[in-house]
Amino acid sequence: MAILQVQHLEKHFGKTQVLKDISFELEKGRALAIIGSSGSGKTTLLRCLNFLETPTHGKILVEGQTLFDAEAPATQKESKVRKKRLHFGMVFQSFNLFPQYTVLKNVTLAKELLAKERPDYKANKKQILEEIAQEGRSLLQKMGLEDREGHYPHQLSGGQQQRVAIARALALSPDILCFDEPTSALDPELTGEVLKVIRSLAEQNTTMIIVTHEMAFARDVADQAIFMDKGVIVERGSARQVIDSPREERTRQFLSRYSKS
Amino acid sequence: MPWTPFYQMAEFFASDQFRTVLNALNSGFLVTLELFCVTLLGALPLGLIISFGSMSRFRPFGWLASQFGLTPKGRVAKAICAFRPIRLVTRLLVWLVRGTPLVLQIIILFYVPGMLDLFTWGGGETARFTAVSVAFVLNYACYFSEIYRGGIQGVPVGQQEAGQVLGMTKSQIFFRVTLLQMVKRIVPPMSNEIITLVKDTSLARVIALQEVIWMGESFMKGNSGYSGLVWPLFFTAVYYLVFSGVVTILLGKLEKKLEFFR
Repeated sequence: MAILQVQHLEKHFGKTQVLKDISFELEKGRALAIIGSSGSGKTTLLRCLNFLETPTHGKILVEGQTLFDAEAPATQKESKVRKKRLHFGMVFQSFNLFPQYTVLKNVTLAKELLAKERPDYKANKKQILEEIAQEGRSLLQKMGLEDREGHYPHQLSGGQQQRVAIARALALSPDILCFDEPTSALDPELTGEVLKVIRSLAEQNTTMIIVTHEMAFARDVADQAIFMDKGVIVERGSARQVIDSPREERTRQFLSRYSKS
Repeated sequence: MPWTPFYQMAEFFASDQFRTVLNALNSGFLVTLELFCVTLLGALPLGLIISFGSMSRFRPFGWLASQFGLTPKGRVAKAICAFRPIRLVTRLLVWLVRGTPLVLQIIILFYVPGMLDLFTWGGGETARFTAVSVAFVLNYACYFSEIYRGGIQGVPVGQQEAGQVLGMTKSQIFFRVTLLQMVKRIVPPMSNEIITLVKDTSLARVIALQEVIWMGESFMKGNSGYSGLVWPLFFTAVYYLVFSGVVTILLGKLEKKLEFFR
């Protein structure tokens, strides 16, 4: 069964409709690329999945369990939403690392705060914190940042900051990891190192949704792809098919700008 | 003799007049210092509460409507649902307090309750000090609240969103993520306001609180057998200069301490 099911999702901002009847499914261990021009609703879709926006209509299911239903206000309570968010991880375009914490603390902070809610926290505090720090270190190692754990975000390059942000999202072991244009704020050289990390995550069968403008990367790394335009899904299929031989005229038009450059 | 002025100065500093005036000014400065500390202790937290009020998004009518599943239609209904009473009340208070002179607020707070037979502050120095403290705390809290608001709203939304997607609660996000970034942002404007407070304490003399300026002036009118002395009043400037110097250094240190992140 699909780990993620999105059913008839719609989002209005006042009178403008940014998402129109969005439905798709994602299998566990697969990577989905969402492509499309700016303003097509890609980012809003990710933000809806992470409960940063409240969809106007539709349902979101993870492992068959309804996380969000626009018709049922009970699923939208802040206290419940907080835990539901943990099904999703989010990597932002602008990193959004916490500037006042070291690299390691950025990765471990959320997990430490969650651990406080455990009943055995007081008794095993030291051990729990040590475990969390160890996990954080091994994540940083995976990202090739083991020698940076004591640095502050402003002391790192953009590519390194984004890799810390990926480690931070992974620290809570989300079911689905979302990337919102993770390399759009980076120059081509730094883009490479971040894509390499995402590629290795894909090889380890991490379930991912990647909003990106890197077409070659999306084609190679993602299993499926969705092309969005003006808030609707215009075309969907295997990443290779959608990007290499699009069926829809609108997709061709969009992709032609990439092949030219 | 080139040394004569120095001898004269030394003689003056050793004189009874100088010692008497200095003692009086010291006791006056102690009142100034107390008022300064009480104002900071009261206004720093109160300002934060007021800033939360002025950012409040609580819409009772909109909330009620949503509980009954109603969506407002029409201009009047929408305006009622968008009404934020807490925000309105706090912003009104901030406008009143920032829009009138502190001197006037002190006078009103001290005299009006008695005139209306509501309550009296009592008599004597303690009563004056209490009334003045209330006026100062309220006044400065309103100024601080706007600085806090700027500081909080200046922290990028992405910081809050990053906290949210990591499953943090609202208070965790405020205390663990926003607060220190806000403090870093507000130190320079706060320094300005705190230096102003150092000197604003002199306004307390309008209801005859015996702070340092009042003491300095008293030697012109007559105090401890001296009258017509002008220098004590001018000499009070030394106290303000030293005090604001110390405050500047301390706040500069705080600013340096927060330089470890950007």
